[in-house]
Amino acid sequence: MLTSVETTDDNVDFDSKNEILIQTQNLFLRTGERELLSDISLKVSKAEIVTLIGPNGAGKSTLLRVLLGIIPSSSGSIYRKPKLRIGYLPQRTVVDPVLPLSVSRIMNLTGNYSKKQIETSLEETGISALKDKPVFQLSGGEFQRVMLARALLKNPELLVLDEPVQGVDYMGESELFKLIENLRKSHDCGVLMVSHDLHVVMASTDRVLCLNQHICCEGQPEVVTQHPEYLRLFGLDAGSALAIYSHHHDHKHHISGRLT
Amino acid sequence: MTLLDDFFWRAIIAGVGVAIVAGPLGCFVVWRRMSYFGDTMAHSALLGVALGLFFQVNLLIGVFAVALAVALLLFLFQRQKQLPNDAVLGTLSHATLAMGVLTISLMAWVRVDIMGYLFGDILAVGLHDIYWIYGGGIIILLTLFRLWRPLLAITFDDELAKAEGVPVIGVQLAFMFMIAAVIALSIKIIGILLVTSLLIIPVSAARRFSKSPEQMAIGGALIGIASVGLGLWASLRIDTPSGPSIVIAAVLFFFAANLFPLRKFQH
Repeated sequence: MLTSVETTDDNVDFDSKNEILIQTQNLFLRTGERELLSDISLKVSKAEIVTLIGPNGAGKSTLLRVLLGIIPSSSGSIYRKPKLRIGYLPQRTVVDPVLPLSVSRIMNLTGNYSKKQIETSLEETGISALKDKPVFQLSGGEFQRVMLARALLKNPELLVLDEPVQGVDYMGESELFKLIENLRKSHDCGVLMVSHDLHVVMASTDRVLCLNQHICCEGQPEVVTQHPEYLRLFGLDAGSALAIYSHHHDHKHHISGRLT
Repeated sequence: MTLLDDFFWRAIIAGVGVAIVAGPLGCFVVWRRMSYFGDTMAHSALLGVALGLFFQVNLLIGVFAVALAVALLLFLFQRQKQLPNDAVLGTLSHATLAMGVLTISLMAWVRVDIMGYLFGDILAVGLHDIYWIYGGGIIILLTLFRLWRPLLAITFDDELAKAEGVPVIGVQLAFMFMIAAVIALSIKIIGILLVTSLLIIPVSAARRFSKSPEQMAIGGALIGIASVGLGLWASLRIDTPSGPSIVIAAVLFFFAANLFPLRKFQH
């Protein structure tokens, strides 16, 4: 079995360094006849980066929403560390130009953070200069950094990032992943993120969960990319990072699984 | 109170009250892309008038209740996601308007000036309307003030807001209450068919000069007040229906606002 970390029942053995932030057991989500999430057991521990990959419609974002409590699960259990502080970056929002919001206003939409806190946060993601810019004028990369800075304001123990590099150009992508990795170190927080971009993600993640309604396979990136289930979902050529790069803009190719 | 005895001044005072509320509330209608949602609620108002007459309750209450019922119906339909939104809005909008006209025409014992309700009639504005508008307006503005930040958060991203503890559905429902109320309050001035224009056009004109949501709300209120003033003045001078005159005035401000070069007002 390629499941490198057992996902159930052994939480007793974990010391504080491996403190569990969030854990699910046999989580299901159904709407009518359809099973959107099936028997999901996962966990994210302190200072660990876990990446969810999977084809479109695999339920990645849905799983995050269930974990965050935005939608209730049908059955199964979710454990969250008591008073867990979560910083959430949702799948990219479209900001309508008709809404005149500046970056610093976005930072304080639901919280009451001081100017100093907001500046520190923006500095951390390298966008202090954008403080007063209207949000709708930001580039894809700038916007995601704003949202990341926003998530950091909570001093999160867990960052939940839904496609953090969506709308970001290729160069910006690896920089953003580097930033996320650095934030994990400086904040000592766990990271759970969804990504389409297998090749870059592989470099900066501790563990990969491959999702297609259920968890098909999981483990360290090198291991998962050789897993038959992974290859079936993403195509045989997905085993080589170069091949993924050349198909970077064509997600459909990965999804089809027709190469099996 | 001699000032208020004059129908023109009553209309001005009532219209200004409506415009002050419509500015901040209209911002969210525009930001949340709910223009046709508001329009559909407004079109149901004639049915509210009819039911109010039938049950002999205050017409404002009839309009408010029916508009709210339509809003809730729309809200439920939107959550179902089986029919496209615009089809649901179109269906309900015309259905309620038709029901309103039919109901009124079936009540042979009451004489109702349907045109007055559809396009506004300043002669119909009484002192008690002013009390209602300012009383109700203050309640709406206070509620909006309290819900301002959660509403902004939901408008920016409702799932993010929910994840961060904003009671999304509650805030949305409160917002619909406020729209229903402002529709009920403004019908006499501006008319059922045009009432949402006061929510939409002044704030759209104000967008060009606004760097924050609050500026847009206040700007919208000011342009709304100016539109009411200009429209009613024209209505008096050239004897045109009040609603369309106010709308045309607002549209003039909208075009004037958009004549300025774009770059000047943006970063």
